[in-house]
Amino acid sequence: MVADNAPAQAQQPLLRLRGVSKTFGPVQALTGIDLDIPAGQVTALVGDNGAGKSTLIKTIAGIWEPAAGQIIWQGKPVHFRSPKDATDIGIATVYQDLALADNLDIVQNMLLGHEVLRHGLLDEITMEQTAKQTLAEMRVTTVRNIRQPVGSLSGGQRQAIAVAKAVMLNAKLVIMDEPTAALGVSQTALVLEIITNLASQGIAVLVISHNLIDVFKVADRLAVLYLGRMATAGPVANYDTASAVHWMTTGTGPSGNGSAARNDAGLGGLSDG
Amino acid sequence: MANLREPDEIIAASNADASAELLANSVGDYARIWSRRIRSGESGALPVIIGLIAIVIFFWVKSPSFMTPGNLVNLMTQSAFIITLGMAEIFVLLLGDIDLAAGFTAACGAVIALWMLALGDPWWASVIVALIACAAYGALQGTITARLGLPSFVVTLAGQLGLSGLLLYLVARTGSIGTGGVIPLHDKVINGIEGSQLSGPVTWIVMIVIAVLAAAVIFFGDFRRRSSGLVAPPVSITALKMLAIIAACLIVAYVANLNRGRLIVIKGMPWAVLVVLAILAIWTMLLGRTRFGRYVYAIGGNAEAARRAGINVNRIRTIAFTLCGLTAGMTGIIYASYLGSISTGVNGGQNVLNAVAAAVIGGTSLFGGRGKMLHAVLGGLVVGVIYNGLELLGLSASAQLMWTALVLLAAVIVDRLTRRGQVAR
Ligand SMILES: Nc1ncnc2c1ncn2[C@@H]1O[C@H](COP(=O)(O)OP(=O)(O)OP(=O)(O)O)[C@@H](O)[C@H]1O
Ligand SMILES: [Mg+2]
Repeated sequence: MVADNAPAQAQQPLLRLRGVSKTFGPVQALTGIDLDIPAGQVTALVGDNGAGKSTLIKTIAGIWEPAAGQIIWQGKPVHFRSPKDATDIGIATVYQDLALADNLDIVQNMLLGHEVLRHGLLDEITMEQTAKQTLAEMRVTTVRNIRQPVGSLSGGQRQAIAVAKAVMLNAKLVIMDEPTAALGVSQTALVLEIITNLASQGIAVLVISHNLIDVFKVADRLAVLYLGRMATAGPVANYDTASAVHWMTTGTGPSGNGSAARNDAGLGGLSDG
Repeated sequence: MANLREPDEIIAASNADASAELLANSVGDYARIWSRRIRSGESGALPVIIGLIAIVIFFWVKSPSFMTPGNLVNLMTQSAFIITLGMAEIFVLLLGDIDLAAGFTAACGAVIALWMLALGDPWWASVIVALIACAAYGALQGTITARLGLPSFVVTLAGQLGLSGLLLYLVARTGSIGTGGVIPLHDKVINGIEGSQLSGPVTWIVMIVIAVLAAAVIFFGDFRRRSSGLVAPPVSITALKMLAIIAACLIVAYVANLNRGRLIVIKGMPWAVLVVLAILAIWTMLLGRTRFGRYVYAIGGNAEAARRAGINVNRIRTIAFTLCGLTAGMTGIIYASYLGSISTGVNGGQNVLNAVAAAVIGGTSLFGGRGKMLHAVLGGLVVGVIYNGLELLGLSASAQLMWTALVLLAAVIVDRLTRRGQVAR
């Protein structure tokens, strides 16, 4: 399931964006985005409302085709014509609405669309074992009974199931749009733990969050969008809350030197990672 | 909160609709979870079984002729077509759809079959053609609903009007066969579904075989789960379920084998019971054990989730409507067998509402995602007993309709409340 993502191509990031742009009619939502997403690390994507975060992940997930620029996956340029293309090569996206069927149980939700058959009939036993194993690998322990309907789970547990469902499809990159937005303190802790666990298994995680406290808890790298441009990106150690806020609200660093940091969006920051 | 919760709280949190048998560790647990579920408005099979028993006792006390062998077997044959039409509806109800035309689909199917029989075709050919026609009509409705994204309520309401017209047209076209708007049924096999019975010993053998098979399915299913170290109900629950099924089969066989004749001895189970059980078994398997069935539930629960999981939602919806039409066709054959004819006077509109009522009373949700084929059987029996009992009490059709309406309303309210309980997390 989750295994064998590990052979860490130490130099080469899993996913690279080069000059990616996207327009909606007159609106220039993304302009010349450069971003590297390395395996085994958590990259946090932050920015003010309307900065283009959702548009960027939808471009990576194959929902939008970029107007210009390249998406480079494991060193090769790729073109996604549909979300399925992205899923097929190992990019799993967990949207905020999670898309779980409340009436189905955890196993049924996790294997939806990928059911295992035996003599033409559903093989519940194999499916339950697969689901159980994935949850164990993700170290999700708060779910006692994987045959309970998803509708009866808490918000954090639902988030965990949605991530598990994505991870089960051999995801190499998991993208999460505001996974903790609707959650309380302990539920948030659960989700952050899952994010850390994913990265420790060699999976790349790209997470959007408005909560800088959460970001600094889990992220290895930070990328700040400002009005559709990549204002800055680099190892999280290069930032603190105040400087991150400064980047998010003005698009420039605290020192006022915006362009130097922008270069860091490329490979520069990776040597530290 | 998640990692601090006690097991008991977990059970409480998931009581809303979790399968009690999978959460419980003992019979005590099971009973506790059950009582919580009933209090929270969850309508599983148990409430309707209890309700059915209560209604039966009520009529038993009120009318001396209710609990007689003749009437009980009557009940089985009377309920058969409500039950199968309810099963037809469950395919689409699970998607959150409805088929208001199914009553007339059944009637038109019956006309086709009886027309062919009257022209001298063999019974099986007539049945096959009728079923294909009904399935094709279901496919048409499903295609319109799915591809054009129209509400099934409107599409099938138009279907109901159109088919009631088609019924008149078809019967008129049969010419002398359907004089006076009635096509008589003279085929021995088709008449025999409702009109004849298995012999006494064969009734026992068949019902014992069914009981053993059903019990074995439950036993080996749970056994395999337990031996694979998966979530499984406690042994006592497995045993109780097996006992219940065996008891039900034996009671039906026993009742059917009491002499119900006045002048001559009549005993044995009507063929209709066997037909209903066969349809129940196949459709239950289709919904519970196949990919198609799983997708039907997924779409009913969250169509967007199903779509993102790569499920072809339009295709599944079309197939569900096709199966609804097919099962309505089977209903038409059973209905014609029950009446001994088919006529332009068939009230397809009322039949379909009774069928939806049966499914909902049995525990199937009108809002999609929740339901089982068994619900049509249990709910159909409730509707059947109400009609039968009130008739024995000499109450008019108006009372029968209003009582069924009240029971249906109660069932829908329970359904609604359960839904609300689910959404509030
Ligand atoms: N489908 C669309 N059609 C037209 N304009 C769009 C569309 N999606 C996004 N935009 C525009 O693109 C810009 C970036 O939007 P986006 O949703 O990516 O921002 P965001 O960073 O996710 O904001 P938030 O934090 O509020 O979620 C906005 O100006 C928005 O109006
Ligand atoms: Mg957004």
